[in-house]
Amino acid sequence: MKGFFSGRIVSLVAALAALAASAPAHAVAWYFQTPASQIARDIDQLHQYVMWLIIIIFVGVFGFMFWACYAHRKSVGHKAAQFHENTTVELIWTIIPAIILVIIAWPVTKTVIAQKDTSASDITVKVTGYQWKWGYDYIKGEGEGIQFLSTLTTPREQIEGNAPKGENYLLEVDNEMVVPVGKKIRVITTAADVVHAWWVPAFGVKQDAIPGFLRDIWFKPEKEGVFRGQCTELCGKEHAYMPIVVRVVSQDDYTKWVTQKKQAMSASADDPGKTWAEDELIKRGEKVYAANCVACHQANGRGMPPAFPSLAGGKLTTGPKEGHIDIVLNGKPGTAMAAFGKQLNDTDIAAVISYERNSWGNKAGIVQPAEVKARRK
Amino acid sequence: MSSIVDTHPVGHAHDDHGHHGKYSGLMRWVTTTNHKDIGSMYLWFSFIMFLVGGTMALVIRAELFQPGLQVVDPDFFNQMTTMHGLIMVFGAIMPAFVGFANWLIPMQIGAPDMAFARLNNWSFWLLPFAASLLILSFFMPGGAPGVGWTMYAPLTVQQGIGMDLTIFGIHILGMSSILGSINIITTILNMRAPGMTLMKMPLFCWTWLITAYLLVATMPVLAGAVTMTLTDRHFGTSFFNAAGGGDPVLYQHIFWFFGHPEVYIIALPAFGVVSQVIPAFSRKPLFGYASMVYAVAAIAILSFIVWAHHMYTVGMPVTGQLFFMYATTLIAVPTGVKVFNWVATMWKGSLTFETPMLFAIGFLFLFTLGGFTGLVLSLVPVDIQLHDTYYVVAHFHYVMVAGALFSAFAGIYFWLPKWTGRMYDERLGKLHFWLTLIFFNLIFFVQHFLGLAGMPRRIPDYPLMFETWNKVSTIGAFGFGLSQLLFLYIVLKALKSGEKAPQLPWEGADSLEWTHLPTPAPYHSFETPPVVK
Amino acid sequence: MAESVDNRVDKPNESPETREQNRRLSVRLAVVAAAMFGFGFALVPLYDQICVALGINSVERPSQVVNTQVDRSRTVTIEFDSNAHNIGWRFEPLVNHLDVHPGELATVEYEVVNVTDKPVTGQAIPSYGPPSAGEYFHKLECFCFSQQTLQPGERRRMPVTFVVDARLPKGVSSIALSYTFFQVAGREGSG
Repeated sequence: MKGFFSGRIVSLVAALAALAASAPAHAVAWYFQTPASQIARDIDQLHQYVMWLIIIIFVGVFGFMFWACYAHRKSVGHKAAQFHENTTVELIWTIIPAIILVIIAWPVTKTVIAQKDTSASDITVKVTGYQWKWGYDYIKGEGEGIQFLSTLTTPREQIEGNAPKGENYLLEVDNEMVVPVGKKIRVITTAADVVHAWWVPAFGVKQDAIPGFLRDIWFKPEKEGVFRGQCTELCGKEHAYMPIVVRVVSQDDYTKWVTQKKQAMSASADDPGKTWAEDELIKRGEKVYAANCVACHQANGRGMPPAFPSLAGGKLTTGPKEGHIDIVLNGKPGTAMAAFGKQLNDTDIAAVISYERNSWGNKAGIVQPAEVKARRK
Repeated sequence: MSSIVDTHPVGHAHDDHGHHGKYSGLMRWVTTTNHKDIGSMYLWFSFIMFLVGGTMALVIRAELFQPGLQVVDPDFFNQMTTMHGLIMVFGAIMPAFVGFANWLIPMQIGAPDMAFARLNNWSFWLLPFAASLLILSFFMPGGAPGVGWTMYAPLTVQQGIGMDLTIFGIHILGMSSILGSINIITTILNMRAPGMTLMKMPLFCWTWLITAYLLVATMPVLAGAVTMTLTDRHFGTSFFNAAGGGDPVLYQHIFWFFGHPEVYIIALPAFGVVSQVIPAFSRKPLFGYASMVYAVAAIAILSFIVWAHHMYTVGMPVTGQLFFMYATTLIAVPTGVKVFNWVATMWKGSLTFETPMLFAIGFLFLFTLGGFTGLVLSLVPVDIQLHDTYYVVAHFHYVMVAGALFSAFAGIYFWLPKWTGRMYDERLGKLHFWLTLIFFNLIFFVQHFLGLAGMPRRIPDYPLMFETWNKVSTIGAFGFGLSQLLFLYIVLKALKSGEKAPQLPWEGADSLEWTHLPTPAPYHSFETPPVVK
Repeated sequence: MAESVDNRVDKPNESPETREQNRRLSVRLAVVAAAMFGFGFALVPLYDQICVALGINSVERPSQVVNTQVDRSRTVTIEFDSNAHNIGWRFEPLVNHLDVHPGELATVEYEVVNVTDKPVTGQAIPSYGPPSAGEYFHKLECFCFSQQTLQPGERRRMPVTFVVDARLPKGVSSIALSYTFFQVAGREGSG
């Protein structure tokens, strides 16, 4: 029937044309990422094995159906048979699928057990999910004591379409998790607020991060490189904006990184006694704001009340400094306002407070790092 | 199937449109206790909800056309994904099949109406009220909840008052389902015509009997989960909060204990409709009626012991993961039996391909495809890579849209003549089918690729490597949405000016409503029961 | 027309026997409904009793340790973790990990500091990785057994004395012990 065919063809052509007009230059991802661990390789193989099985069964069964659609049509004169049961056939097609499932079960079971075996690990890293960033704590093995937060660094302009998107759009962070190649890494996940999930597809490892509870999982990276993943449990507004980046390096490079990171950690304790000039402090504060505050309180400071209060003309941001310092240091329990005192040093906190007190129409003076330090206990 | 011998004259069609009771106009619909009226209201309500939920899907797909944020902000996006899910599941697909139940069960078993006719009215009218609560949540400070239709704690504890409105809406939806199910069970068990044994009932009635039991068993569990969320939010309990000795994972267990049988609640009536349509257009009895009944019962029972396959990544012990994996793969066996039986029904039949049959065949092919991706997901190691990605979104849309929705379309085209006395335009019906089929696959087939490649769910913005398939999917979505407006046109045109339907428009249809009632069916049918041999 | 006298839906004439049966049934159903409602209330104290009887209570009590035979053939590494997100306290273990033998008594300390300017009361909730290891981890003394109140600026060191059960499955060589401090009383939902 010409009538309804033309409808189909037109819509198909339209869709393809729209697609061609907007085709991006980069490769089109359509399958598992290249495995970088034995487990990821095992998963890939299991998947292929099951897919072949499914395709064979599917083609077989629907071969019959489409043959019937062709050969058993009334319009070619086929008369209906009247059979409507056959116990033998029914038993066969009940038992054979059951057997097939048992055959699938054995190799799969082996992998399930292997995925849960977190014993004898070389390094243990605690991963904490926050709204909306990850925290990494190296708690055992080489690198023990290193702690840092890992926040998305893709600029807001790229997200809002005011700048071209970089290659690692939404998959880049300020502090990557670094691990040595070939070592078994035990990851203990937890969360600070709601359920998140930590996932690196190339390693085949995904684990929910549950507030108040620990969960452990492991991976063993087999090759050096940078591997990227995303949070995989809806955790609020910025769920799409808290990626995971793991850099796998040689054992030597790892040792170098550990040394350098520990030095940086002690050095980045900026001297809290320093007195800053107003414009320097505010400029630094603007950067701190962009990395930590803009998602909720917005670039124009107006927030999204009532959940995210406005900082423009706010009671705390234009009132006495102590109240402003306290809420940034200690957060507000029961709300999404975190205690940044644990994440930022005195200088960064003084800077961001100064920025807030001097933006969006606020004119409320600046705060020096020493004043922040004094209000910490 | 049953052979019907009847000693009474085929239904005296005393006026179809008179004697509706003492009200007319709007009050007739508000007060009606007639299963046909109520069935029609359920169907219209579900279609309106389908369009509302569909619009939300278009907002979602519009935002996802390109990386970056263009259309909405992430918070509103989360509200869209949440309400799209809740409205489609509870407002569209479930009421649609209750509409079929109301229209067909009495006619197919030879009963004059449902057992509790007034309760039936109330079960329906609870729905628009509940839907209003859900929609009203958008207008509350903070907007509608942005927690996904699964509403995991403790994210739900952070939401604004829209969450509470949604919780109350869900309570009322649940009540409606439970009351409706009580009605269906009582009707089927008590009001079958003499000679209509359970094993002579049309399979559609069997699927609804079993679904009704599932509903009664599981809707209270959902009510429990959302009530516990409500008390955690406002009354100082800590069910899902480690601080007071609770556990967020407890919510997941309770929710999915409801959630998994829920998907079979959606699927089983769809199986029932298709089991009526395929034999009719194959001019051949359903193959293996008894096994079909046992398979439906087996699926329903198994559905209670597989819930944690939605939770493989929460950190449960290995033995837990293995148990749920084995139990889930088991469900493939009775489901497979059903698919084989439907194909065997078609085999060596005398097939014609009117619109209902096209949708039924589309169901058979695409639901099975969705079932296979379900098998892939049931395997723990593979699920570790696919959980919470677009692969899961693809899977459940194949079984719920290409499955349940296609079956509902098949049912509407099939029974429209019986309900209204008018034929729909066959050419347009076929066009609706092909457009729906092609656009559906454009939307969702490519989402398997997105999931395999690593795109998480419930994100308004994504890394660049996912752009191509997202574009395809969005184009498909707009095409699909427009095609459903064609369906509305087809139905309205049939009602207004469709060709008068013959007594038996489908020569292979042989259940009581076709053989024993005029077309259209009279307002009151089977006031005297037929005798079934 | 065949007149059927059995169960038809529209039956205007109800016999007295049926009416009596219906009345009895309604009374029974009303009693059951009231009982279920009462059961819901009774669940509040019942819940605590069931937890005590079955030994499942996550706000814990000291363990009775029966066997302190030290198994020197095995070493288990205990990793110590701390979390205090919404309580305004600084909370750290003094050691990150410790190797112990099953059966051997060990004590570690955690330090907690109230950095706010108000007194705050907290409850520490433990969690174990792997979760099943919790069964084999017996605490004799722990700050998690009771709520802790700290004055503004107060700093405190708190011990945990524990022993790992020798029946710990052979495959487990590492147990992570994590505490999360939650603020007690006046926990409000936001928004």
